[in-house]
Amino acid sequence: MAVPDVAVKEIARLTPSHPHRLVNDFSIRVATVNGSGSQTANLVLLRSIFQTGVPVSGKNLFPSNIAGLPTWFTIRANKDGYIAAKKRVDLMVAMNPETAREDVLSLEPGAAVVYDEPLQLSSLRDDLIFYPVPFDKLVADICRDAKLRRLVRNMIYDGVLAKLLQIEMSQMEIALKKQFGRKQKAVTLNMGALEVGFRYATDELEKRDPLVVEPMDKTEGLILIEGNTAAAIGAMMAGVTVVTWYPITPSSSLCESLIDYLKKYRIDEDTGKATFAVVQAEDEIAALGMAIGAGWTGARSMTSTSGPGISLMGEFTGLGYYAEIPAVIFDVQRVGPSTGLPTRTAQGDILTTAFLSHGDTRHPMLFPSSVEECYTMAMEAFDLAERFQTPVFVMSDLDLGMNTWMSKTFEYPTKPIDRGKVVDSETLERIGKFGRYRDVDGDGIPYRTIPGDGMPAFFCRGSGHNEWAQYSERPEDYQKNVDRLARKFETARNWMPAPVVEINRKASVGIMAYGTTHWAIIESRDQLSAEADLQTSYYRVCAYPFRSALASFIERHERVYVVEQNRDAQMLSLMKLDLPVELTGRLRSVLHYTGNPIDARTVTEDILIQEGYQVQKANADPDVAPKNAGVGGE
Amino acid sequence: MQTRMLRPRMRAWAENRRRIIQRANIVATVTPSRPKKRINRIGLESKQYRAAKTTLCAGCGHNAISERIIGACYEMGINPDRVIKLSGIGCSSKSPAYFLGSAHGFNTVHGRMPSVGTGALLANKHLIALGVSGDGDTGAIGIGQFVHLMRRNLPIVYIIEDNGCYGLTKGQFSPTADVGTKAKTGVVNDLPPIDTCALAVELGATFVARSFSGDKKQLSSVLKAALSHRGTAMLDVLSPCVTFNDHEGSTKSYAYAKDHDEPIEDINFVPFFEDIEVEYEPGTTQEVVMHDGSKLYLKKLDSDYNALDKIQAMRMLHETKNRGEYATGVIYVEPDRDDFLTLLNLVDEPLAKLPPDVIRPARSTLDAIMDDLR
Repeated sequence: MAVPDVAVKEIARLTPSHPHRLVNDFSIRVATVNGSGSQTANLVLLRSIFQTGVPVSGKNLFPSNIAGLPTWFTIRANKDGYIAAKKRVDLMVAMNPETAREDVLSLEPGAAVVYDEPLQLSSLRDDLIFYPVPFDKLVADICRDAKLRRLVRNMIYDGVLAKLLQIEMSQMEIALKKQFGRKQKAVTLNMGALEVGFRYATDELEKRDPLVVEPMDKTEGLILIEGNTAAAIGAMMAGVTVVTWYPITPSSSLCESLIDYLKKYRIDEDTGKATFAVVQAEDEIAALGMAIGAGWTGARSMTSTSGPGISLMGEFTGLGYYAEIPAVIFDVQRVGPSTGLPTRTAQGDILTTAFLSHGDTRHPMLFPSSVEECYTMAMEAFDLAERFQTPVFVMSDLDLGMNTWMSKTFEYPTKPIDRGKVVDSETLERIGKFGRYRDVDGDGIPYRTIPGDGMPAFFCRGSGHNEWAQYSERPEDYQKNVDRLARKFETARNWMPAPVVEINRKASVGIMAYGTTHWAIIESRDQLSAEADLQTSYYRVCAYPFRSALASFIERHERVYVVEQNRDAQMLSLMKLDLPVELTGRLRSVLHYTGNPIDARTVTEDILIQEGYQVQKANADPDVAPKNAGVGGE
Repeated sequence: MQTRMLRPRMRAWAENRRRIIQRANIVATVTPSRPKKRINRIGLESKQYRAAKTTLCAGCGHNAISERIIGACYEMGINPDRVIKLSGIGCSSKSPAYFLGSAHGFNTVHGRMPSVGTGALLANKHLIALGVSGDGDTGAIGIGQFVHLMRRNLPIVYIIEDNGCYGLTKGQFSPTADVGTKAKTGVVNDLPPIDTCALAVELGATFVARSFSGDKKQLSSVLKAALSHRGTAMLDVLSPCVTFNDHEGSTKSYAYAKDHDEPIEDINFVPFFEDIEVEYEPGTTQEVVMHDGSKLYLKKLDSDYNALDKIQAMRMLHETKNRGEYATGVIYVEPDRDDFLTLLNLVDEPLAKLPPDVIRPARSTLDAIMDDLR
């Protein structure tokens, strides 16, 4: 995109140096085989760094497969709190024979490699630091049971890394116990593996890499959690009563953890009976149909799904919109249909969801950026759905939903539950004659009665009704109703979670982002400032319909970069529909759509290029993920 | 529980009913001949079960079914406030607007009424669900949801108003159209029909019946028994389409249905609240005690037929089909299986009505969860 009003500028890109010590600022990638039990070892490693007080994030890159295909887990430790994906891998743990060669070839010079000795990787490169470890030999010494060996084997690299990175073994032990809970046998066996790894590294390996973990105090009081779990806690605290769902990656764990929590905390103590209903439906159509049915008869109902499910939910979403029935839908976004990278992340359902279904429909969407917002927005979504009597979407994604994030602890809700305009006898007296779709208050939101309440009944149907809920095909009835629905949507604008705006008075450039893209933006803005002295303002979109602040933010800046994780600039397109035409020309796009989480360097380079800087792309690696990720299996 | 509280009224109703039964076997719709208003056991008049005037074709079988629903609900003393009427899309699915006008209703999307009904009952298990679908709505677009409704045994009366064609889109074949049946356009159907009754039995439905919209007595009895059943009551009601499928060559015409209707039993249904003694010859009558204590008497026309025997039900369905006949009556019933809502072990109060302090856990719960994540 040409930017005529910006002169071409030179920037001094910081060249990667090889310092003697690199403290609390590196990323570790562990390459294993799916189903080999590596997740436990990876989480113990992540948690031990977290317990040491160093900010961390863990991102799992896994195939759509149960066992046997390559998988990568990337841990980033960063003293400054940057927890977005990072391009450079500083330490590779190569455990998978199938990918080891490419894993090593993709590294930047100076990186370290811990590898399974028989793979003989050290001959591949002379600019890397190699640490061979004979895993099979070591595991045979501590585990007699051949079946268990495969699972314990991975814990050995944790022991090796504890020594190399100078992580306290006591922290490893705490993390291990946290992971296995009361399974003493497992703790003992895995502790043995940790120790044998640590001992081997102490006796046989000479530390030549600069990576060090040093205690900090930046994780004090924080928790580690996945977004789907956080959303589940939010849904439970929101008072969900009916959960209907259909399994789909990456959303399944949302309902699964919700089921666990509900069983633990929402069983009536006196009777042992459930204050909730969970149904695994036959498909996503039925899942939303049930949620709509439950919303109609007064439940706080929800479903969770991902892109393919969203497509199937189209018709019911439209019915929910026109019949005006509350329901909450969590969309944990992933890439495309069918075998379309179901285990990779994207922000690709924005436009589809905004207008899901046929006819004139528009739906409120919330965009959580953090696990904490998964929690708070889950609660807000239920209130909004009942307040506005319409399906409300919470737009998470795989990166947020299934990866491990740090967070401060969640606050207990201060706002009481909002059940919206439900008619009881008192209300009936006040509003006079009940008409289901009458705009009594002038805000576009009608009053509703709930079956079983004994209040006036009505016949619920799609768009063909007048304000008394009588069947009507009269043009004026139809138009009056859709105009009221538009008015209702306008009212919703100011009830939506407000954007998070950071204005830099010196900045002529603004950045807009939403969801998980946020984490790359935090880091990228610091990079832009440090490396090119480019000051930026930041507007984080938290909901649709947009607040009026959106237009004023754009008005303040000459150019505004909308950064998102899809190919077609979906959020930018949605904004264009809302904005005065004279402002839309200021919008620029930064897009990332590889299926892997967006990283700061990508954003920084793209913005600098569009701003007219000369940028030398230093990184040969085209993406955050390994080149060979996802190849094979067929 | 409710019936016990209403004993005096019930007795009055039973008195009334005894008189009716003396006159005829079963009278579906009762029009008062005397100035004194006739009321049912909950004090409602028959007209309070009526609704908007039908917009379906004159003579449409669906209208007769609506009349029988009105009659059955009146006679059973069903409280319309507790009823939810559900339907999909099509001529059949329009009909809930034409009965029980004071009950809530939901005209959902094509073929997906079962899911909406399921959700509605999850939220409030005390509601009485009456679902009306058609043969296209059930057998084509809705076959998936139909299948899962049957296996869940959700407490709902699910009526298929079965005319073998798509009326609202002008007479295309539906999946229940018989082989060789001729459309008004002259096109002959050459695909085998789906037998919704056989499918329902196979899938685990606990009450499966077939009737004919023109058979007032049988349909009334079947409907009342269905309303007493705790579980999915699947009723396939042959209901000729007078406009598109009531001609020679159609196997879903009035003439064909009348000629080929093969009743498997003479049905009588005695609600729990009624203390009528019904005498049936032992050996030819099967007594089925329904979940609520009501009794279904099936006077067997074929003395071997046992509606509690799933395998026999399947054999009978296939045999009558091979003869080009419709077996009508209660085909299969399993009165004691736990329904879906019972399996979910829900609290007694409707989930929709639980107060905030019950549905939002206490601060200590959130603290405990957070501690666990540290």
